[in-house]
Amino acid sequence: MARSTPVKKALRSLTWLVILMAILAGVNTAASILAGSSKDDTDKWYQGASWVPELALDLQGGTQLTLAAQNTEGDSVTSQQLQQAVNIIRQRIDATGVSESEINTQGANNIVVSIPGRPDKATIDRIEAAAKLTFRPVLFTEAATNSAVGDDGKGTASATPYSPPASLAATPSAKPTNASDLNWVTPKLQDLYTNYNCAAPDDVTTAPDDEPLVTCDQDGAGKYILGPVEVSGADISNATSGLATDSQGTSTGQWAVNLTFNGEGSKDFRTVTNRLVSLQQPQNQFAIVLDGSVITAPTTNSAITNGKAQITGSFTAESSKTLADQLKYGALPINFQVQSNENISATLGTAQLIGGLVAGLIGLILVIIYSVIQYRALAFVTVLSLGIAAVLTYLVIAIMSWRVDYRLSLAGVAGLIVAIGITADSFIVYFERIRDELRDGRALESAVESGWKRALRTILASDAVNFLAAVTLYVLAVADVKGFAFTLLLTTLIDIVVVALFTHPMMQLIARTRFFGDGHRFSGLDPAALGAVYRGRAQFRAPVVDGKRQRSAGEAQRRQTIAERKAQQASGDNGSTPDGKDD
Amino acid sequence: MASFSQFGSDLYTGKRSYDIIGRRKTWYLIALAMILISLVTPWLRGGYQLGIEFTGGSEFTISDVKTLDQNIATETVEDVVPESIPRVSQLGTHGIRVQTGQLTDRQTTEVQDALAKAYDVPESQVAATFIGATWGADVLAQAIRGLVIFLALAAVFMTLYFRTWKMSLSAMAALLHDLLITAGVYGIVGLEVTPAAVIGFLTILGYSLYDTVVVFDKVRENTAQESIRTFKQSVNLAVNQTLVRSINTSVVALLPVAAILFIGSYVLGAGTLRDISLALFIGIIVGTYSTIFIASPMYAQLRENEPKIKESDAKKTAAAEKRRREVDAAEANV
Repeated sequence: MARSTPVKKALRSLTWLVILMAILAGVNTAASILAGSSKDDTDKWYQGASWVPELALDLQGGTQLTLAAQNTEGDSVTSQQLQQAVNIIRQRIDATGVSESEINTQGANNIVVSIPGRPDKATIDRIEAAAKLTFRPVLFTEAATNSAVGDDGKGTASATPYSPPASLAATPSAKPTNASDLNWVTPKLQDLYTNYNCAAPDDVTTAPDDEPLVTCDQDGAGKYILGPVEVSGADISNATSGLATDSQGTSTGQWAVNLTFNGEGSKDFRTVTNRLVSLQQPQNQFAIVLDGSVITAPTTNSAITNGKAQITGSFTAESSKTLADQLKYGALPINFQVQSNENISATLGTAQLIGGLVAGLIGLILVIIYSVIQYRALAFVTVLSLGIAAVLTYLVIAIMSWRVDYRLSLAGVAGLIVAIGITADSFIVYFERIRDELRDGRALESAVESGWKRALRTILASDAVNFLAAVTLYVLAVADVKGFAFTLLLTTLIDIVVVALFTHPMMQLIARTRFFGDGHRFSGLDPAALGAVYRGRAQFRAPVVDGKRQRSAGEAQRRQTIAERKAQQASGDNGSTPDGKDD
Repeated sequence: MASFSQFGSDLYTGKRSYDIIGRRKTWYLIALAMILISLVTPWLRGGYQLGIEFTGGSEFTISDVKTLDQNIATETVEDVVPESIPRVSQLGTHGIRVQTGQLTDRQTTEVQDALAKAYDVPESQVAATFIGATWGADVLAQAIRGLVIFLALAAVFMTLYFRTWKMSLSAMAALLHDLLITAGVYGIVGLEVTPAAVIGFLTILGYSLYDTVVVFDKVRENTAQESIRTFKQSVNLAVNQTLVRSINTSVVALLPVAAILFIGSYVLGAGTLRDISLALFIGIIVGTYSTIFIASPMYAQLRENEPKIKESDAKKTAAAEKRRREVDAAEANV
């Protein structure tokens, strides 16, 4: 027999499914191999790729801090400010030497920080502090010596910060006249500077404004003694990056950062630059300090009187943009309040993961058992479809885990397990539709086709509702709810893909087999057991033509009328005689 | 189970039929009573028991303990922070959970260390969680906002899809019924309301409507067809025809949830899994019930007084009466 259209369609759908799965698997395989073989995959498209999905803290153990950003000026926090705050917090955490931290925004003004292990009090304090950008004059600077005295010379992050002997004088011998006055440098400060270890810096995040400061730059490559704060970062009204222009207004081809100060800032900055421009190196430099670390220390070339400064140097387009952003948002009038500090031990995390997996397995087995009881051999279509759905879900989660940093949480696992039932539901809707069509007297092949048309509409509509719920939850909700909503969202989409590209094509194909087509007793599609109106040896008959269908449907209605009439007569008792012998 | 599919066939053909739409007053009364109980009982009990995510506080979990003696925990915590009133519970088979009021950072560290020593486990196995009172409130506020927006969107979607706001309204009424009763069960049993429970609660939204859409799709199909049945009868037939499907989909949806509930309650103890699945478990059962007994009768009631339907129903009833008399006459002649 020549291949009929349903078979062709079925094979086409299955081919698409295979292509889809091959693409997903291919992408992940390629990325995993690349990530495994290259030493440094930072910023590559395959960064961190692997076959093992990343787990959230509640499954692998660790600490999750929820910080609420609060505007110290009483305004609401903008999303741009929040994003910048995330960058600031990331820098602060990186500075403490904690690796693999994850920082996300949540809702309108929350930041969620996930750190492996248990952070100490100092780390939390450092994270909580408001970002503070200041301008200080440079008194001394030199390349950093990154080892603590008396240490083994390795200068690890865990080395203790150096503290100078208490015997040294801590007050200036003569009163300093301005911020650039070298009288600020007391013997004690000098000693601290000499021995300062940029790999184990003091906590300078909240250094007082009116005192000199010993600190390093952000890479830990240079150390400084800085004078007291002269200009506050809050006085920067704007910072942009762009190509520098000379006095004629033509581009010099050099990247630069343009700073604009407000009234107060312009005045302060004029005073500073007026003084610095006449001083010797390094005292003609001013340092821009963020959270106590120097982000840049440009040399003053001229006095800036109009509040518009330009910083040039060996900038690239990107680095000038970064600096401009730091300057613009570095002085965020925002501080953070710890709203929750959740700590989960690795043991508990593992127990929860195993518990979740076991629950999923039990759920799956129960669904399969119930399917076999209800749908006999048809259950194998359910099992295969669930299997395909599981593979697709796994592939997408594995890819998302390195592409968009998706972390599977316990709530997410719960979502996946719940999805087993909801996915299987759409198969049931479809199977029951086919049974309805069989009851109306159709042969299996045409029952599959017309049942599909009707079932698809129902499946799409009900999945749309689920999708709507998942999207709403995902967009609006916070924390765990998001993880759960995401898996629901994903599995709803995969449900439609599987039903359309696998379950239906499979039904089209097995409808042609003798076992199902003849309605074997164990096929789950036995017209006799379903009480079909039309009982013929389907395999020898042409599919029911429309006229016939009309008649049998009409027949069904007529019979039903009798049933209903009897029901009316017997007031609720439905003991009418079996019927169904038509034709 | 041939008998079950036989049951399904009988419902499909109308050989067997339950008069669900006709007894709507009974269902409404039951629903009303259930909702009243759900609202009043928790109130009589003194409100819901909120988890520390909502009240604020500190929680310590000790995993892999050798002894499950809860007094050790109580004494240890009271030693360190005398004024605290620790609530200790068992967590799964090898864990202890202690909840206290809000502690300072220093107290938290001290309690953590003391608990590790008391239970003779490494410090890494004592996890401390601190939650500010505003955190849970944030989650709840977001959840309520999500709920309202979802209801609005779903109402619009269903009105567009079914092309009648009456189906949308009936589905929403059933959904409200589900939410109130699920919340009621939580309040009546005194289960702790945690963010995970809120997640489960929100998922009911999706499931309850999902179930209603499947049944309403059949209702719409039946009532759109030209038939000799009155509107009410058509709706009733649709509900009967989809009964097996409703039971099957609900059972299949319930099984995995039950698995999580079982593992969550008996193996892992209080936590995310148990809280999500418990709300869902109740919600799925109530959701299936309400589709059949609330949404469908309400829809029939909303529509049956439309002049057009009233008129055609009257004709159909008269026709049925006439046929009945004819059959009676025929039978009398035999």
